Amino acid sequence: MVDLSLATLVTQLFTGLVLGMIFVLLAVGLSLIFGLLTVVNFAHGSFYMLGAYFGFFLFGLTGNFWVSLAVAPLMVGSVGLLVERFLVRPLYGRSIDDPLLLTFGLSLVLIEAARLVWGKIGVTFDPPRELGQAVNLGFTLFPAYRLFVIGVTAAVLVALWLFLSRTDLGLIVRAGSRDPLMVQALGIDLGRIRLLVFGIGTLLAGLAGVLAGPMRGVYAEMGVTVVIEAFVVVVVGGMGSLAGAVLAGLMIGEVVGLTTLIAPKLSEIMVFIVMAVVLLVRPSGLLGEAGLLE
Amino acid sequence: MDRRSFLAATAAGAAALGVPTVLRAQNREPIRVGFPLPLTGPFSALANDLQRGATLAVEEVNARGGVLGRRMEVLFRDDQLKPAVGAQRTKELIENEKVQFVVGGLAAHVQMAINEQTKKSRVLFVSVSQSDEISARPDTSPLTFHEALNPTITCRAVGSWVAQNLGTKWWIVYADYAWGKQCNAVLTDVLAKHGGTLLGATPYPLGNAEFVAHLPKIQAAKPDVLLSATPGADNIAFLKQVMSFGMKKQMRIAQPLQWMPVTKEGGPDLYAGVYAGINFYWEVEETIPSARRYVAAFRQRFGTPPLDYSSYGYSGILELARGVELAKSTDSDAVANALRAHPVYDHYKGKQWWRGCDNKSFQDLWIVRGREPDKVRGEWGLLDVVNRVPADERLDRSCAEKGLA
Repeated sequence: MVDLSLATLVTQLFTGLVLGMIFVLLAVGLSLIFGLLTVVNFAHGSFYMLGAYFGFFLFGLTGNFWVSLAVAPLMVGSVGLLVERFLVRPLYGRSIDDPLLLTFGLSLVLIEAARLVWGKIGVTFDPPRELGQAVNLGFTLFPAYRLFVIGVTAAVLVALWLFLSRTDLGLIVRAGSRDPLMVQALGIDLGRIRLLVFGIGTLLAGLAGVLAGPMRGVYAEMGVTVVIEAFVVVVVGGMGSLAGAVLAGLMIGEVVGLTTLIAPKLSEIMVFIVMAVVLLVRPSGLLGEAGLLE
Repeated sequence: MDRRSFLAATAAGAAALGVPTVLRAQNREPIRVGFPLPLTGPFSALANDLQRGATLAVEEVNARGGVLGRRMEVLFRDDQLKPAVGAQRTKELIENEKVQFVVGGLAAHVQMAINEQTKKSRVLFVSVSQSDEISARPDTSPLTFHEALNPTITCRAVGSWVAQNLGTKWWIVYADYAWGKQCNAVLTDVLAKHGGTLLGATPYPLGNAEFVAHLPKIQAAKPDVLLSATPGADNIAFLKQVMSFGMKKQMRIAQPLQWMPVTKEGGPDLYAGVYAGINFYWEVEETIPSARRYVAAFRQRFGTPPLDYSSYGYSGILELARGVELAKSTDSDAVANALRAHPVYDHYKGKQWWRGCDNKSFQDLWIVRGREPDKVRGEWGLLDVVNRVPADERLDRSCAEKGLA
């Protein structure tokens, strides 16, 4: 029997939003990298996992969650810079499969490395005390930490949007994803822009990981299902489209939220049904440009 | 001198010096036991435990002179938690490595694959992790022995205790795969027998660490008890999220099955007050003599107390050794008959026995409750024993229900 009172419906729509924001946070980095580099980064889930482990490591060192939150994404971004410079860069201009295979292999290496360093059993760290409680929202109790995660995600999205639309660098990034040849012809060093974007994309994955640690626990395989969800969001939104990723993430969050209320068994499959339907109607995704993958 | 001639010379030298020992070893070939287990993959921490238990057992057997005067040797192979790999490793162990017996498997679906191979080759198999099918038609065989508990026994035992002691308005959250679904069905049945109310049952995809969409409606339903069948790393994510909604204070939480490595990972803040079923908890050594001996030996060998899966591995190997001694033979049929003829044993936690019709081991289990953080004793003293559920064949399906009458 399903309770469909207004209060449950509102609560469920709200949890859908919360879920959606996490999907968005995971997907934007992936989308950003694909948009400029046309690299399908299969290691995104492993960068997410690294973020969580770095967060745990820093938490152990300092006992301060805020240090983890600030520094761990930077560490992951630095790893991302090295990966772009030494592994991904030699593959530009080759088939789209090559970087895909490379990052897939890299994800396996990173998972095994995490097991070697931090052990086969996962680790945990807690949200800060001030966010450890549940807050009464009127229609339901909700964990303060989750609300905080929504806030951080929203802030990150606004910052990213400002960066891309209001700065010269952002202009180059956007131009580079439209027509890399033209941008290079104008004398701009696209190599450095690619490096930067890969760094930002992995940094965002790392941020999502640190934020997820206190909610989901930290373990080597934590990125495996997450990367699939992120890909679905990016594909539904349109490969390379940031606004599409946001729209698709929120939409899928709501779909999962409502399916969970009515028929929990179907919630996982619904994600893929949404993807199939969207792709049938709009083969390049909700807001995607046609032809990016050719 | 190249490598080959160096080896030849060393071998000749060693032979000249140690002829009697070498000859003895050759005359008395070791008894070889194959042991497939998921050393890599999400269950690798549990597999490590299982391996430790089996290692201790084989060392003890050899220290007391082996079996039938022969050394015992265990060959561990990684099945990667994949049925196809488990089948392949088992086949190689039997055909190439010439093992006489197989013990192992951790996860129901891989056990089935291993069992297919051992059945085909008529090799005795002692399965050491949870499964209902392994001791029922069509999977079981006269050579298939099941040392572990199974979902029916675990969920009946824990479910009944919870219904009698914690309340009868339940919500169940379970992982949507074989073990979780079986447990959900058993719990639902147990609750109905106790006249309780099932407010809801929520499946979720195994390995998915996000429960936020489920929790508000569970909270709104106000159950007395939230029963969770959320294995492995999912368990930590689940409890973390339940706690963040403030639900730990509003309802009791009970888990049909809890794993020690996961409990330690999650820590006492998370597990304090959570009720669970467990096949072995080392502190029962205070009252059980065989447990005291086992825990001491394990501590001496590995520096930590034995955990849930180490114990299955330990008992599985020792029981096989006992069967070979009884049969005075390494013939699988003879060993199986000997075990059925002398079904009672006690390697680590008190009396266990084999049921003749399905080769299922019956054994005690325990209801535990997570200790408050300030009461924890050392690294592994995380639980209080609340109740012992004595071994009882009625907790499992009857042989007729399993198609074995």
